[in-house]
Amino acid sequence: MVTPRYLAAACTWLCAAAFMPGIASAQAAAPRAEVIHWWTSGGESSAVQQVAQAFRNAGGVWVDSAIAGGDQSRAVTINRIIGGNPPTAAQFNTSKQFTDVIEQDMLNDVDLVARAQDWDRILPQPLIDVIKHDGHYYAVPLNIHMQTWFWYSKAAFDKAGIEREPASIDELFAALDKLKAAGLVPLAHGGQSWQENILFSALLANIGGRELYLKVIRDRDQATILSPRFREVLLTFKRMKSYVDAGSPGRNWNDATAMLIAGKAGFQVMGDWAKGEFTNAGQQPGKHYGCIPGLRADTPYLMQGDVFVFPRTDKADAVKAQQLLARVVSQPDLQVTFSKLKGSIPVRQDANAAELDLCAQKGIEIIKDRTRQAGVTEVYLTPDQNGAMQDILTAYWNMDIKVDKVQRSIANALKY
Amino acid sequence: MLAQRLHVRFAPHLALVPMALVVLGAYIGGALWTLRTSFTASRTFPSDNFIGAAQYVRLFDNERWLLSLHNLAVYGVAFILACMVIGFLLAVFIDQNVKGEGVLRTVFLYPYAMSFIATGLVWQWLLAPGSGIEGAVRQMGFDGFSFDWIVHQDLVIYTVVIATVWQASGLVMALMLAGLRGIDPEIYKAARLDGIPAWRVYLQIVLPMLGPSVATVFLLLSTAVVKLFDAVVAMTQGGPGIASEVPAKFIMDHLFLRSNIGLASAGAVTLLIPVLALLAPYAYARSRRARLAGGHA
Repeated sequence: MVTPRYLAAACTWLCAAAFMPGIASAQAAAPRAEVIHWWTSGGESSAVQQVAQAFRNAGGVWVDSAIAGGDQSRAVTINRIIGGNPPTAAQFNTSKQFTDVIEQDMLNDVDLVARAQDWDRILPQPLIDVIKHDGHYYAVPLNIHMQTWFWYSKAAFDKAGIEREPASIDELFAALDKLKAAGLVPLAHGGQSWQENILFSALLANIGGRELYLKVIRDRDQATILSPRFREVLLTFKRMKSYVDAGSPGRNWNDATAMLIAGKAGFQVMGDWAKGEFTNAGQQPGKHYGCIPGLRADTPYLMQGDVFVFPRTDKADAVKAQQLLARVVSQPDLQVTFSKLKGSIPVRQDANAAELDLCAQKGIEIIKDRTRQAGVTEVYLTPDQNGAMQDILTAYWNMDIKVDKVQRSIANALKY
Repeated sequence: MLAQRLHVRFAPHLALVPMALVVLGAYIGGALWTLRTSFTASRTFPSDNFIGAAQYVRLFDNERWLLSLHNLAVYGVAFILACMVIGFLLAVFIDQNVKGEGVLRTVFLYPYAMSFIATGLVWQWLLAPGSGIEGAVRQMGFDGFSFDWIVHQDLVIYTVVIATVWQASGLVMALMLAGLRGIDPEIYKAARLDGIPAWRVYLQIVLPMLGPSVATVFLLLSTAVVKLFDAVVAMTQGGPGIASEVPAKFIMDHLFLRSNIGLASAGAVTLLIPVLALLAPYAYARSRRARLAGGHA
C-alpha cells in the first residue's frame, strides 16, 4: 500500500542518493583522468591495470574507458575531441595517426616532463620524429614494439632437421624448403592485409637494409621504388606465398601463432605481441621457440609502440591530471612491468632489462645502436598512404599481378 | 472569410515545413558540404585548402576504387535480377491459394527483418571452406565436393549476392504479392476461357500490369546496391586481398580509418552521380505521366 508516509520516506532516500555523488566529488580533490585505450585482450588488460595502479599510487583517480579495436578507439577519441568533450588522455600508436590532431592545435604538450627527463637524449629518434612537432612534445611513449620478428618453432626445426637459425635470406629459404620437405607448413601466415604489410616490411628491411627501407618508406623516392633492387624485394615477397598453406586467407595472427605452438608450422613473421600467445601456452623462448630480430647483422629494428596523448583543455584539474599521468607513464619501472605483461620493451633505455625475457633483451641490445633504429611504415607514412600501399600489397599477394605494375602502383600511391 | 480560405490553402504546406527543413538541411545541405569537401585537401579534419579536382584525379588513379566500382556493377546486376526473379516467382506461387499462406509469407519475409551484419556472419559460416555447406555435403559422402567461392578471387562477390538475395527477395515477394492481389480476377478467368497457358498469362498479361510494383521494387533494390557495406564487412572484410571491396566500404575506410575525408568525399560524390543519372529520368517520366493523366481528366 502506498501511503503518503511511504512516499515521503522514498523521497528522502532519493534526495539523499542524489546528493551523495555531490558529497563524494567535494571530497575527491585528487586529479581525475579519463583514459581511452584499446587494451582489451587478456595480457593487455592486465598490463593497463599496472598503469592504472601506478597512477592511483601517485594520488590520481583513474577512469577507464576501454574500447575494443584500435580503429574504433581512435575514431571515438577524434570524435570526442571534435565534439568538445575530450577524454583526459587517449592511446594512439607511435605513428602519424595523430599528426593532424597536433597540427589543428588540439593537444596539450608535455614539455615539462620531457625537459625534466631529457627526452631529446634518451628517446630513440624514430619515436621523437612522430611525437615532437615544432620543438614541442605532444605524446608520452610507453613502450616499443618491433613488428618484424621471425618466430620459429623448435619442434618443427627438429622434425625438419634444421640445425641452426638462418642468418641470411638464402638460409631462410633453405630452411623453408626443408620444412616443406618434412611435410610441415613452412610459413604460418595470417592472410589479412595488415599482416601482409608486416611480412613485406620484414623482407624490405632484411633484403634492402636500412638504406633502401628508408629511401622507399620515409623519403618515398620514386626512382628507388622503380629500381631493380625494390623489384627484387617484391619478387621475394611473392615467392614467400609458395610456403603458405591454403587455409591462410582471413586467418587471425594468433591462429597462425598457434600453428607454431603446436609444432605444425616452422616460421611466423609477426610483432613481439606474439610472445603473449607462446607464454599463455606455457612455452619459453630459447627452449620451445626462437626469435630472430633480423637476418643481417645490420637489419633495422622496425619500431612502433603505444603513446598517450592529452587533448587540449584549460581546466586546471584536468591539466594537473594530464601532467601527473605523463610523469607516471614515463617511469622506467612501470614501463618494465607493463612490457613484461604486454610483450614489448620499455622506451626508457635506462630501465632495468634483467627482468625481461630473452627476446626482449635482444631487442634492447639492438636499439642501443642508433644506426639500427627505424620506424615501421606507419611512422613515416600517413594512415592514408600506408593504407593505399597495403591495398596494393595485399592485391599483389593474392592475385596474379605483374611485378612491374605493382612497382608503378606503389610509386603512384606514395606520390600523394 | 478570406483568412479562412487562406488557412485551408496553406495548412498542408505548413504541415510539410518540418519535413522540408530536414530535407534541405540534412540531405541537400549534407550533399553540398560533401561536394565542397571533395575539392579540398582535408585529411582528419575538414579544411579550407581548395585543391581543385585533385582528389578526383587521385580517386580514379586508385586501383581499389576502380575494382570497387567494377564489383558494384557486377553485384548490382546480379542482385537486382536474382531478387526480382525469385521474388516474383515466390509471389506467383503464394498467389495460387496455397495452404498456410500466412506462415509461408512470414518465413520468406523473415530474413528481411535481420540486420545485414547478422546475415553476413551467418553466411560466412555457411560458406567457409571445410565447414559449412562444403563440410555438410562432404559428410554426406561426396568427398570431392568443393564450394570455396568465399576465398576465391573471382567468385567472392557472388557469395555476397547469394547472402543478400536470400535476405531481400522476401521483401520483393511481399510487394509483388500486393500488386498481384490488386489485379482483377476476371482477367484470369477470361484468359482461362481463351485457353492461354498460365505461364503466358503471368508473363504477358500480369507482369506488364504490375509495372508500378516492379518500378518500386527496382528503386528499393537499387538503393540497397549503392549502400552495400555491412554485408561485405561481415562476410569478407573486402577480401581475399581486395577482391570484394565496394565503394561504400572504400568511403567509410577513408573517412574513419585512413583520415582522408577529402578523398572519401570525392568518392561519395562520384557515387551520387549514377544514382542521380538513374533517378532523374525516372522522376521525369513519372511527373510527365502524372501531368498527362491530369490533362486528360
